[in-house]
Amino acid sequence: MDQRFGLDRSITLPGDFALAGGGVLPELTIAYETYGSLNANGTNAVLICHALTLDQYVASAHPRTGKPGWWTRLVGPGKPVDPEDWFVICANVLGGCMGSTGPTSLDPQSGQPFAMRFPVITIGDMVAAQARLLDHLGVGTLAAVIGGSMGGMQALTWAVTHPARVKKVVAIATAARHSAQNIAFHEVGRQAIMADPMWLGGQYAADAPPAAGLAVARMAAHITYLSEEGLTEKFGRRLQNRDAVSFGFDADFQVESYLRHQGLSFVERFDANSYLYITRAMDYFDLAEPHGGNLARAFAGVQSRFCLVSFTSDWLYPTAESRRIVRALNAAGAPVSFVELESPFGHDAFLLDAPEMNRVINGFLTA
Amino acid sequence: MTPLPLRPDLAAVAAAVPDGARVLDIGCGDGQLLAWLRDTKGVEGRGIELDAEDVASAVGRGLAVVQGDADTDLADYPDDGFDVVILSNALQAMQRPAAVLAQLVRIGRHAIVSFPNFGHWRVRLSLTLGGRMPVTRSLPVSWHETPNIHFCTISDFEALAADMGLTVERRAGLAKGRQVAIWPNLTAETGVFVLRR
Repeated sequence: MDQRFGLDRSITLPGDFALAGGGVLPELTIAYETYGSLNANGTNAVLICHALTLDQYVASAHPRTGKPGWWTRLVGPGKPVDPEDWFVICANVLGGCMGSTGPTSLDPQSGQPFAMRFPVITIGDMVAAQARLLDHLGVGTLAAVIGGSMGGMQALTWAVTHPARVKKVVAIATAARHSAQNIAFHEVGRQAIMADPMWLGGQYAADAPPAAGLAVARMAAHITYLSEEGLTEKFGRRLQNRDAVSFGFDADFQVESYLRHQGLSFVERFDANSYLYITRAMDYFDLAEPHGGNLARAFAGVQSRFCLVSFTSDWLYPTAESRRIVRALNAAGAPVSFVELESPFGHDAFLLDAPEMNRVINGFLTA
Repeated sequence: MTPLPLRPDLAAVAAAVPDGARVLDIGCGDGQLLAWLRDTKGVEGRGIELDAEDVASAVGRGLAVVQGDADTDLADYPDDGFDVVILSNALQAMQRPAAVLAQLVRIGRHAIVSFPNFGHWRVRLSLTLGGRMPVTRSLPVSWHETPNIHFCTISDFEALAADMGLTVERRAGLAKGRQVAIWPNLTAETGVFVLRR
């Protein structure tokens, strides 16, 4: 059996890996999974790009939490991305903390973790690293690249930076740039981490992370993944295991208890410095910036077909951001489909049961 | 898969589309016409549709369809981006029909427009004798519920096209799916026009 394919794979590619921000990594390790098999003509490869805090475990159990893959609603037997038909690849992003090169990796020069000596990375760098992985796997052209949120940013970037390698792009609940509000929320999260005395300028030990700061960052971010409507429906003003408020600062309300739980469980599976670097990469993301702010010009050379999906209650990457991409693609003459789907679940809708989204993606992929 | 036969008014529109053309169908619904044009005429089609479920169906058919509003979104399309732009049975639902018409002939080298003819004798009879807004086969919804806010007759449309300096390349009036022989403004339920700027 070819050791390059299967679950829980990792490859270290020697040689300098130059980054957009000027930094250079002495080598590049990418942790990834593949599902299904590449056909003889190499025409059935699908790359799944993950969001900020997700990982390569798109359709298999997470090694730390034991939870099922994060996108089994889309990837798996009988789903639109069925490994029976497609050769599915999902890699931990550059800068991540699930095995790919990132701030927790050892700097070969010092033998210590990079921590804050890790160079600043961009979404484009993540895509370049994925391209190196595809070379290693012997995948020339992608039948499709699919991603939601930050994964959508990577998918759009793929079409722009590797136009000949991508047939179809599915970009869900995403944007072609980070807005001031997006950057603002990320900055709150970063400041929470850096304000934690345990952070130590990034030099914390693996068993003594800035857990409180990272948990607060997660709590703030988690609110942006939901919607007011969703929160009201799920929690309202209901109290947590009590009949009356405590006139104190316990988690009286269910929503408080829920957020605290989200924060604490996140710390178990994510690295604080990784969070700093990946959020920074997202903030720097603006596809139009190298083209004088003209997004249509950024898409001028694309050769892919595009499918964009947004959700009505997503205020993190609202429909207007998808429409901006659609307008630019139309102006560039690229074939694009777009639909805004009804959902009360905010940004997270793309990870939940969304039969309409599955129908759209299935149709788009099989056409 | 053999394409299903088209609704008569769509068939009349489809007949005016040349093989292999680049087509934009505005208000494309679930993509029936675009799919038919793709499968039988090798057309490279795109669509715009307001209704999310229809868009999902159309994309599910493998069509490139964007959810959007013709009244506001056409400005984003480049000049002469398409050989043919189709507006079938939707002109009367536009907020600003003349502005949309101007966009059609800007985006496409040819525009095909079909609309219910408010000059049809049943409509006239309903107003003249009944004194009521008509509810007919091609106009099945009551006045207070209809999305159709800008009705016109075939003669009205001809006048607008002339006012806008558009060239009418072809015209047809349809009744019960067939082309009418005489007095289209009185006998046709549907008008179909091929225009250019």
